[in-house]
Amino acid sequence: MTSPALEVRNLHKRYGDLEVLKGVDLVARDGDVISILGSSGSGKSTMLRCINLLENPHQGQILIAGEELKLKRSRQGDLVAADNSQINRLRARLGFVFQNFNLWPHMSILDNIIEAPRRVLGQSKAEAVEAAEAFLEKVGIADKRHAFPAQLSGGQQQRAAIARTLAMQPRVILFDEPTSALDPEMVQEVLNVIRALAEEGRTMLLVTHEMGFARQVSSEVVFLHQGQVEEIGTPEQVFGNPVSERCRQFMSSHK
Amino acid sequence: MTWAERWALIERFLPQLWDGTLVTLQLVGLAVVIGLFFAIPLGLARASRHWYIRALPYSYIFFFRGTPLLLQLFLVYYGISQFEVVRKSFLWPYLREPYWCALITMTMHTAAYIAEILRGAIQAVPPGEVEAARALGMSRRQALQYIILPRAIRIGLPAYGNEVILMLKASAVVYTITMMDIMGVIRTINSRTYQYELFFLVAGVMYLIITLVFTQLFRLVERWLKVDASRQQR
Repeated sequence: MTSPALEVRNLHKRYGDLEVLKGVDLVARDGDVISILGSSGSGKSTMLRCINLLENPHQGQILIAGEELKLKRSRQGDLVAADNSQINRLRARLGFVFQNFNLWPHMSILDNIIEAPRRVLGQSKAEAVEAAEAFLEKVGIADKRHAFPAQLSGGQQQRAAIARTLAMQPRVILFDEPTSALDPEMVQEVLNVIRALAEEGRTMLLVTHEMGFARQVSSEVVFLHQGQVEEIGTPEQVFGNPVSERCRQFMSSHK
Repeated sequence: MTWAERWALIERFLPQLWDGTLVTLQLVGLAVVIGLFFAIPLGLARASRHWYIRALPYSYIFFFRGTPLLLQLFLVYYGISQFEVVRKSFLWPYLREPYWCALITMTMHTAAYIAEILRGAIQAVPPGEVEAARALGMSRRQALQYIILPRAIRIGLPAYGNEVILMLKASAVVYTITMMDIMGVIRTINSRTYQYELFFLVAGVMYLIITLVFTQLFRLVERWLKVDASRQQR
């Protein structure tokens, strides 16, 4: 059996005395689209950020395509990357899409997209530009390639950020509330892009508050509550017939 | 004295005034450019996470920001020559020249300020933009080189332009060590013509014109680097 694209084992994270994650396990196989739901403060974003070490967990294991991320304990007591070249290599294979896009405002959209493939993957400029134009086409903003981020709407910026992530040819893409910073009328255009990626069979983890969307695109839904996986299953099961009382309450209040 | 006579007098001293302008421009121009080169490692070290890396640039900046340029100039010009070692060293041919003393002092002085500007600019780069770089697999060094520094340069550029203009005016103190900059030339002309108010006015106008030119130059650089494009966002 081949190793899953991404595996998280017993992930713990705390801020001071506050335990945000209390042992989360998660497996994403190739082609899985896993939505992570939960009320604010349930640890959804923290978990996602721990996977590529944007936050440092206190305990746990992270495996990407079977390769375990080497961790060591820092003086502060949390776990940091033990091997810098490994974490950089693995991060390059884990796409991350931020709530606030985090495009680089001093570069054109095209330059935003080709920067990492050139610097990290060592692509030539011509190669990177050719690929970038295809990705811009795919997210529907090919005409904006010479614009600067500030000249774009929020929805267009997020689509550019998705193209930037795709340009690294990631094995798994992590979406951290990709539509939460958007005006309502722009949410749909971003969700459409994510849906298209799901239909391509990409492996994705999606932290979201868009219940209807999660139900449509997910192969699996995880409900986090107080730093633990409270419920996990197919969308039909978790949305239609949740076992846990917490999950049932959450679902009925987010109809 | 009529205005025609005043003009004639100014015209007579134009070559000297021009030479003085060149000295001022040369000192300021070299100091702020060389100072920038020194400031980059200083500013980076100053923004370090480790206290022992921060300590040295901190002391350097503390000294150069905390004492007057005039005092620093005297320390270099009059102070250093008191040491036998310095007078015997290969640097002596330079260190006994007021020109080199002025240039060295101004460069070290402005480097301290530019380093602080750079540190502030590095710390003003939104953390999310750095996270984006790291999340795409860039190493700390790559993120610094390709994202943080280019971004910090744009954030710090207006403050750097301001520092250049401050240095232009601060450079007027070099006449005290016999430099023939704008101020030095004006003082010499004054002692020959006794037209103090006229030539101090001329000096003021000359500094204003240079400031105007510098301001326009920086506006061009800002436009070229698209500083505005970065500024509109959040």
